[in-house]
Amino acid sequence: MTEVWLLVLYAMVFPGVLFLVIYALFLQYVDRKIAARTQNRVGPPLVQPFADVVKLLSKEDITPEGVDRRGMRAIPLLAFAAVATAFLYVPVIGTSPFAFEGDLVVVLYLLTLPTILLFVLGWVTRNIFAAVGGTRTVTQLFIYEVPFFLALLGPAIAAGSWSISEIMAWQGANLILAILQPIGFVVALIGLQAKLERTPFDIPEAETELVAGPWTELTGRKLAVMRLTMDMALVAGSGLIAALFLGGPATPWVLEPAWLGGLVGFGVFVLKTLGILLILALVRAGMGRVRIDQLNDFGWKYLATAAILQILIVLLMVGEVWA
Amino acid sequence: MPEVVVPIGPYHPALKEPVNFRVIADGEVIVRLELDIAYNHRGIEKAAESRDFIRVVPLLERICGICSHSHTTNFVKGIEEAMGLTVPRRGQYLRVVVAELERMHSHLLWLGVAAHEIGFNTLFMWTWRDREAVQDILEEISGNRVNYAINEVGGVRRDLRPSAIPGILKRLDVLEKRTERYLELLRHEPTTAIRFQGVGRLSRAQALEYGTVGPTARASGIDYDIRKDDPYVLYEEMPFAVVTNGHGDVYGRTLVRIGELRESIRIIRHALENLPQGAVRATPPRVAPRAEILSRYEAPRGELSHFIRTNNTDRVERLDVRTPTLANWTSVAVSLVGQHLADIPVVVAAIDPCLSCTSRITVVDEGLARTSVLTWDELRAHGIRFYREKEGL
Repeated sequence: MTEVWLLVLYAMVFPGVLFLVIYALFLQYVDRKIAARTQNRVGPPLVQPFADVVKLLSKEDITPEGVDRRGMRAIPLLAFAAVATAFLYVPVIGTSPFAFEGDLVVVLYLLTLPTILLFVLGWVTRNIFAAVGGTRTVTQLFIYEVPFFLALLGPAIAAGSWSISEIMAWQGANLILAILQPIGFVVALIGLQAKLERTPFDIPEAETELVAGPWTELTGRKLAVMRLTMDMALVAGSGLIAALFLGGPATPWVLEPAWLGGLVGFGVFVLKTLGILLILALVRAGMGRVRIDQLNDFGWKYLATAAILQILIVLLMVGEVWA
Repeated sequence: MPEVVVPIGPYHPALKEPVNFRVIADGEVIVRLELDIAYNHRGIEKAAESRDFIRVVPLLERICGICSHSHTTNFVKGIEEAMGLTVPRRGQYLRVVVAELERMHSHLLWLGVAAHEIGFNTLFMWTWRDREAVQDILEEISGNRVNYAINEVGGVRRDLRPSAIPGILKRLDVLEKRTERYLELLRHEPTTAIRFQGVGRLSRAQALEYGTVGPTARASGIDYDIRKDDPYVLYEEMPFAVVTNGHGDVYGRTLVRIGELRESIRIIRHALENLPQGAVRATPPRVAPRAEILSRYEAPRGELSHFIRTNNTDRVERLDVRTPTLANWTSVAVSLVGQHLADIPVVVAAIDPCLSCTSRITVVDEGLARTSVLTWDELRAHGIRFYREKEGL
């Protein structure tokens, strides 16, 4: 896969942007369907998320008075680009051809960008609800980001590498990290839930208090792109956790021919991301929204402590057991 | 930090009806709350004076979309008292059945709204599904799901088929199980606990001082329920306990309402199993003699009172409606002090406000671009002047 056209195909079609968009819409469908069935509702048909995007794209695109038109339009696109780029390093059918030592840090950085951009969006749209929501977004970022990063640091320390592929390979040789680092796995899932601003962490967009938080002034195609971005972040985030804690798309034995190995790997990827989504969706359906000060208490008292504890355990294990 | 004024309303996603709060906040913490509830004045009291006793009942049914039966029962029992009319026992029992079903559908609706205010949409969907069962029963009894149109002066307009009773009792069993489930959920679900417990606290002394009624008062430990303290339509024959607790917060108000769901099921079951035979309605005279009646009723939200003055005609001379929301409003302003801004929706929702029932006159001075609410003295002076002129004194 060193040929340029193959790389372009990988980045743009499969498993790059095109696949990412389709799979993001599919995960949104699964998410909504799980929520609906828990709530004793029918739920949307399979094409509903796609229809929603088409509908939003055809709607009027409004920029509020006195807001920088180009700046506001750029924000959803930047967020989209950041998540799409992050996904290039997430293993889908085996290891990514773009993989390099340190891609984990790049993915984490790129996945933080949409949150920062939501904060900026809240400020530039000159709306009181958006501004308050933006402030809450960034407050929440400071609460969950540290435990989330610490939790993802655990696998890196255990495998002795900052590369997602290396961590996957290490799990193939040893044991999946969800079993070795259960605390880190749980913290990472909670962190992902908070990153995606899903209940109980939907504080920035609390409907009954802030209308839609930073999203308030988004309409038409800007809203479509931003929503799609959050769904894509769900795919990238769950793919990342699947790779770091559940062994990713790797299969325990080598399959011949290569295309069969890729196919099985892809199936494993789908199963693992759906499994993570199931947990996230049930948590979303089973809880109410906490307050920002309560999240602050929870995040720093328990979540960060748990993450640090996990890191200590990992350091001890690396020093004692595998030294 | 300097105090900032956060205006909420009259149009806001947390509000289903128009009301205006001016929240004076110090950072995230609320210092003071100013309320302006006069956005929905509908002139119903005045309109009631121009309709006879048959046509006024549908009008009063529409004061509130949820306690529609409360308003009509309260009114007709006042008129019946003025006329000295005895309503057949079967009619009274059916009024109790509909009233308690209404309480159940109101409390289930409230539970869903409170859950929605804290973003717990699953509980919202569940309670509203169970509310459907209650409304189905109401439809079976009265033919209507919201405005039941079952009351009139002298009794109820429809009899209940005996064959419908077993089906209703069976659905009550399901609802009872669901109620226990909600109680369990409320006790064990962590996010609900931290969003409800200790939020919007109102001490017993404050609850008395600000004249709260209904579940709001009962959650502050005040044993006050018109059904027990001043029984009407044969409530003295019904087996039920007044649900109170001493929490005084949103959690306490939720527990009271869930407890009342249980008691309502008990009352309905008793009333349906011991339904007296006979007529459901007595023929009332056309006119009511001169009388002044203060009719009280325990609506789902609390004590509802109608002041009725009749004057030897077939219509009321004066009707004054005091809804429970009006009695509870001031307590919101007190219980929000010291709370977080994010708690406003759930604390406001905790008294189960019904704004369109509550609105009073606002004076809008177009020239000065200023609005003001009449003070008590101004309103009293206006009322005295109005009736002097009307009576030609």
